[in-house]
Amino acid sequence: MKQTALRKLLKDVGEKYFMPGKPLAKLYPLYDAADTFFFTPDARTSGTTHVRDCVDFKRMMIFVVYALIPCLLMGLYNVGFQANRLIEAGAKAPLDWHGSILNSLSHAIPVYDSSSIFGCFVYGFVYWLPVYVVTMVVGLFWEILFAGIYKEEVNEGFFVTGFLFPLICPATVPLWQVALAISFGVVIGKEIFGGTGRNFLNPALVARAFLFFAYAGQISGDKVWTAVDGFSKATPLSCAAGGAEALASAGYTIRDCFVGVIPGAVGETSTVACLIGMVFLLIVGIASWRVMASMFVGGMGLAALLTLCGPDAVAARPALALGPQWHFVMGGFAFGMVFMATDPVTSAATKIGQYVYGLLVGALVIVVRVFNPAYPEGVMLVILFGNCVAPLIDYCVVQANIRRRMKRLETR
Amino acid sequence: MKFSESSKDSFIKPLFKNNPIFVQILGVCSALAVTTSLKTALTMALAVTFVTAFSNVGVALIRKVIPGSIRMIVEMTIIATLVILVDQLIKAFSYNLSKQLSVYVGLIITNCIVMGRAEAFAIKNKVGDSLLDGIGNGLGYGAVLLVVAFFRELFGFGKLFGIVVFPTVQNGGWYVPNGLMVTAPAAFFLIGGIIWLVKTCNKEMQDAE
Repeated sequence: MKQTALRKLLKDVGEKYFMPGKPLAKLYPLYDAADTFFFTPDARTSGTTHVRDCVDFKRMMIFVVYALIPCLLMGLYNVGFQANRLIEAGAKAPLDWHGSILNSLSHAIPVYDSSSIFGCFVYGFVYWLPVYVVTMVVGLFWEILFAGIYKEEVNEGFFVTGFLFPLICPATVPLWQVALAISFGVVIGKEIFGGTGRNFLNPALVARAFLFFAYAGQISGDKVWTAVDGFSKATPLSCAAGGAEALASAGYTIRDCFVGVIPGAVGETSTVACLIGMVFLLIVGIASWRVMASMFVGGMGLAALLTLCGPDAVAARPALALGPQWHFVMGGFAFGMVFMATDPVTSAATKIGQYVYGLLVGALVIVVRVFNPAYPEGVMLVILFGNCVAPLIDYCVVQANIRRRMKRLETR
Repeated sequence: MKFSESSKDSFIKPLFKNNPIFVQILGVCSALAVTTSLKTALTMALAVTFVTAFSNVGVALIRKVIPGSIRMIVEMTIIATLVILVDQLIKAFSYNLSKQLSVYVGLIITNCIVMGRAEAFAIKNKVGDSLLDGIGNGLGYGAVLLVVAFFRELFGFGKLFGIVVFPTVQNGGWYVPNGLMVTAPAAFFLIGGIIWLVKTCNKEMQDAE
């Protein structure tokens, strides 16, 4: 077979420097990552029968990234749109280095014009790109370090984590916090348990939870969600405690929430973008429809049940009467349902277990939102909680199955 | 006084090789609770060292006359007496500190290290060795406490022993305090990290695969 020049170069470099015993053998994972980035590996599983599927690990991961692209595009536009709307209403444009970049761009692109879709998109891009770059550089540093320790190849799992994490942060998150959080997420959430596939918690959510607890003052509250200087705008979720009227008086409509033109974390505001991603994930068969369906039923079912509460209860706690139409489009419910809860590593693996897991997560999200005054949003912590109990759910399902079959054996 | 090889061992081993926290995994609860600042951690370390040392001495002194069936009650009485003593001393001489430590001084009585050493060591060893074992375990526990408290106070408040090291943003400095460090889970992460580090560096301490 004729080899291309690049193929030959990579092979020569690999044999000369990266093979065991050669000077850079410790960096083999890095070489391997570059090699498999350019060329499909030709290694075959040795031994006898194994399951064949065209969807390998690499493709599975990259499909999730594809599914996230609508959320990303919509999110970038929305960051700019929200900021520009506030600037037009009298808020100050950002004064930090984001602002300097935007100012120099504004000569060529209408970044400060809320009616320009492209301008708003570029505005969002200026905020998102540094977060993404820091996430990838710092995250891949840990991945490569641990791949070296475990003597394994760097795998593609981190591309999804690295793509998800900037989408669940506010656009204004400081970059050093991004670096700390993703380090924590990758090391504590994944690597110490043995790397991709052995983590019982979703690393992107662990990183986000780290931010939430470590820098609560800067990562929650009303100020962080819009990319302008020192201006606060309450998100729908923080209005939701006041019920539907509070949402309406803050100017939020179900339609806006569904489309995603509301303040919030970069990628999670648009329910419609999440649904596009969901359709894609379901068609290629990567995410579990059982988890999504049961989480939807659990969450929306409980939300619908709560609307049946009497007028006294609603007067004391207006959020009870919000109903599923609001809960589905606010905050991160759709995003969590499509991209977070369905993570095949950390969700339940058995079919019945997936139903139980989804129902539990969905219902608990509504419980936290409605009944816990400290946390306006419950999706992140509830999915992490679901991750923790998923092995237990699976264990019970497996044991029940074993008992059932033992019984059948006895009666025969 | 001359110490035999085994006496030396009973003092030195718990400092590292058989550390109560990261090898025996005892006394973790209080390690989570009192390590938000170095001052409380140091007080707690001294209090626990005092209690383990003298409860070991007490138990070892009467080890030959305690009937086996009631030995735990007797041990408990000795420990409880010492804990009350320590608690009263701290209250008398440093009332503010005792307020910060709140119930945790009283809870030394339930600290598994104290009871664990009485049961595992003092009940069948000589007084001198038991004293050394008690001090060793108390100091081993205290050392981990101080390491954890060092990181928690430094990153959680930007201070060490109450002295500002990193001026925080609230006071016009540059350091943004890490709120996670102030919460109990941070102590879990730190102790877990210490165990990880120690076991990775010491092949002989690793569990059999």
